[in-house]
Amino acid sequence: MGSNQGIVAMAASPSISIAIIGSGGAGALTTVDSLFETAAAAGWQGLFTRTMGPQIRGGEAAGLLRLAVDPVESLPDRFDLMIGIDWLNAARFGAEIKAGHQTLVISDPRGGDLPPMVTQSGARVVEVPMKEMAKAIPDGRPNMIALGIAGRLLGFTVEQTFAPIEKRLADKGPAAIEASLAGIRVGFGAAAGIDFDLQLPAPAPSTARRWLLSGNEATALGAIRGGIRFAAAYPITPATEILEWLAPNLTKVGGTLLQAEDELAAINMIIGASYGGTPALTATSGPGLSLMIEALGLATSAEIPIVVIDVMRGGPSTGIPTKSEQGDLNVAIYGMHGDAPHLVLAPQSVGDCVFTTQWATYLAETLQAPAIVLSDQFMGQSRAAIERPADVAFIGARAVATEISGTYKRHAIAANGVSPMAIPGTRGGQYTADGLTHSERGTPTSGAADHLAQLDKRRDKLDHFNFGDHWASIEGTGDLAVITWGSLTGAAREAVTLAAADGIKARMIAPRLLAPVQPERLAAALDGTKRILVVEQTHGAQFNKFLRAHYDLPALVRVLSRPGPLPITAGEIHRAIADWR
Amino acid sequence: MSSVAYKQADYKSDVKPIWCPGCGDYHVLMSFGRAFAQLGLPPEEVVVVSGIGCSSRIPAYTNCYGFHGVHGRSLALAAGLKVTRPDLTVVVASGDGDGYSIGGNHFLHACRRNVDMTYVVMDNHIYGMTKGQPSPTTEPEFDTALSPGGTKVRPFHPLVVALASGANFIARCFSGDPNQTADVLAQAIKHPGFSFVEILSPCVTFRPDEKAWKDQVHPAPVTETSDQGKAARRLMTDDGFNLGILYRGNRTPYQPAAGATNVDLSELEKDFEL
Repeated sequence: MGSNQGIVAMAASPSISIAIIGSGGAGALTTVDSLFETAAAAGWQGLFTRTMGPQIRGGEAAGLLRLAVDPVESLPDRFDLMIGIDWLNAARFGAEIKAGHQTLVISDPRGGDLPPMVTQSGARVVEVPMKEMAKAIPDGRPNMIALGIAGRLLGFTVEQTFAPIEKRLADKGPAAIEASLAGIRVGFGAAAGIDFDLQLPAPAPSTARRWLLSGNEATALGAIRGGIRFAAAYPITPATEILEWLAPNLTKVGGTLLQAEDELAAINMIIGASYGGTPALTATSGPGLSLMIEALGLATSAEIPIVVIDVMRGGPSTGIPTKSEQGDLNVAIYGMHGDAPHLVLAPQSVGDCVFTTQWATYLAETLQAPAIVLSDQFMGQSRAAIERPADVAFIGARAVATEISGTYKRHAIAANGVSPMAIPGTRGGQYTADGLTHSERGTPTSGAADHLAQLDKRRDKLDHFNFGDHWASIEGTGDLAVITWGSLTGAAREAVTLAAADGIKARMIAPRLLAPVQPERLAAALDGTKRILVVEQTHGAQFNKFLRAHYDLPALVRVLSRPGPLPITAGEIHRAIADWR
Repeated sequence: MSSVAYKQADYKSDVKPIWCPGCGDYHVLMSFGRAFAQLGLPPEEVVVVSGIGCSSRIPAYTNCYGFHGVHGRSLALAAGLKVTRPDLTVVVASGDGDGYSIGGNHFLHACRRNVDMTYVVMDNHIYGMTKGQPSPTTEPEFDTALSPGGTKVRPFHPLVVALASGANFIARCFSGDPNQTADVLAQAIKHPGFSFVEILSPCVTFRPDEKAWKDQVHPAPVTETSDQGKAARRLMTDDGFNLGILYRGNRTPYQPAAGATNVDLSELEKDFEL
């Protein structure tokens, strides 16, 4: 950390949270993004979330950043530092960006009225005329003043604060670079007299390789690590970044991306590619998943491995495209007509998107079944500074029929339910993949015996597979268990830690594998629990109903469930634990 | 091309078709075999992809690889297959309901995309499998249970749509002439890019009037063209019974370049490293 003579008393804090807010063009997001890169380069971990109005370009925006020495997987209840480059329309963030009496708010006196979230919080407000200061610098911009202030308050040097901006502006010429540097210096000067007594402990020296990436990028990388070499793409918020990352990167590894005319085409394209022997994926959000359901049933029936990423957003219908919710659980688990056993998985953090997508690909290929991966907008579009996720050995390994003599039975009843798949081009393996009920050979039939045999086969191959310990994160002990899933895992983990500080022992259970269900494993994880707190982000408590349908739960169950768009925080879960005495 | 000589029978499976006696699709199946044999295609290197409907049952009746998918999406499935397996011969089989109604959007984009494959639509102007409802090519006055007195809706002109959307080869055949159909199919398969072959294939059960087609069809009175303007005029003034290759374009097929496959995946991580 750099020197900071302005700070009088420093208290070590487990995390520091910063919100920078501004109207369209004010550069609030760039400022936070840059600050995050500085902090990440200095060795901290963190999470950066953007929030903005519905405009395609411009409009008010806020960058939310939480930094810590340890992994950061959730947003805070209160921000420690809030900078308003201006406050025009900032009130719309009131429910999302909370201040408290301990919050330091930096405000431009000419930036409009303070929003209620500040005036009603009792926060300490320090006025800094950022606009006026920027005017005194040729081509100066108020957000660079804000960056300088934030950089100094967090204890960085001017050089550390400036480094990411310098890189960003490399092709904008010396004038732009000089103006930004001057702005940061002025910001440093302005912050000199401001008390901000929070300070993160210095990160321990580490040789670990560290990454800065979004959940959507992590998902795409995990897919390629797992063996995906074909993607079909139809753009949809908030999943598009997965496809945009895959477009150039699949090409680098000998793969292909095809833009589809709609989601119906996208899923059928990946079924075609996978039938031809190429592991294949598409990524979408709720509306797209709804359109893909029919073909997911086809892939189930024809036993074609595919991976579908659903980056969940508010629903139903068009819902809230730019905000998170977990409301696609039901359609992912139960959406298909008929009895259609398939895989449903959910990553638990930005970093875990790498592992879970890779594992999902491996499982789909191994079990010749479709896998739906339920990410969400919060995880998908947040950027995290993390340690590089470890390489794991899960790489798609499909049972393939190569030497074929006699009659080839594509859907032969095998002990483990998985029958070797003939790939077109293999002599003697010709068969027709079919969504019609079929015999072991694949020939259409409406006979009861074949129907039952193939339904059993497709169920058993999933039910008899040993998914191992990756099926869930299970942490802590205590007779209270917090059960959650997906991107809420980080907040639940933090809540359990907060509760432990109050002397409440609790455990946290978050299944990464939602389907097929694992009753014996959950029973073991729940051994000795008397109470369960189910935490989920849906309006209809979908996860609670799912748990009750498939698992034996202790008698005492409480549910903390509410819809998006506001994230459920660790503090909220902590209160639910603490209140349950 | 293989050096092995193949016969039509080498492409026929032992699965018994569910088609009605006299259905035009039997002849189409025969034409498939003749065309594949003419081209000397090893059966294991041909994939016949289809959707739902009477005509879409054809893959299982061939001895090729097949995919009998969901209703209307065969072209998309085939595109995913062909771009990842350009070594295979991909033939898509469809009908007027599957291809022009539920699959209409994919038809436009398959023509536009111009992936090297052949699209065969067995057009009988009726939904046969669901027992006689009007399709996009049914005449407006044709009376059905679902449209008493007729739909009064203008039929769809698939060949014109194909041309406007960018199909690279457009032909019309009659199932009752399996030799000519086989010959056109072979040329369609050989022609680079997206080839569209409409085969008039009578439904003797729900459209017995179509038995008269054998007397109505006639060779196109003009030779094939690569001029889109000429082809547009020809197709727009077409009586619906002109047979033959009506347009042969020269667009380059869509085939993404295959990249190197022996890349160290850690190269991809550089974007993320601090």
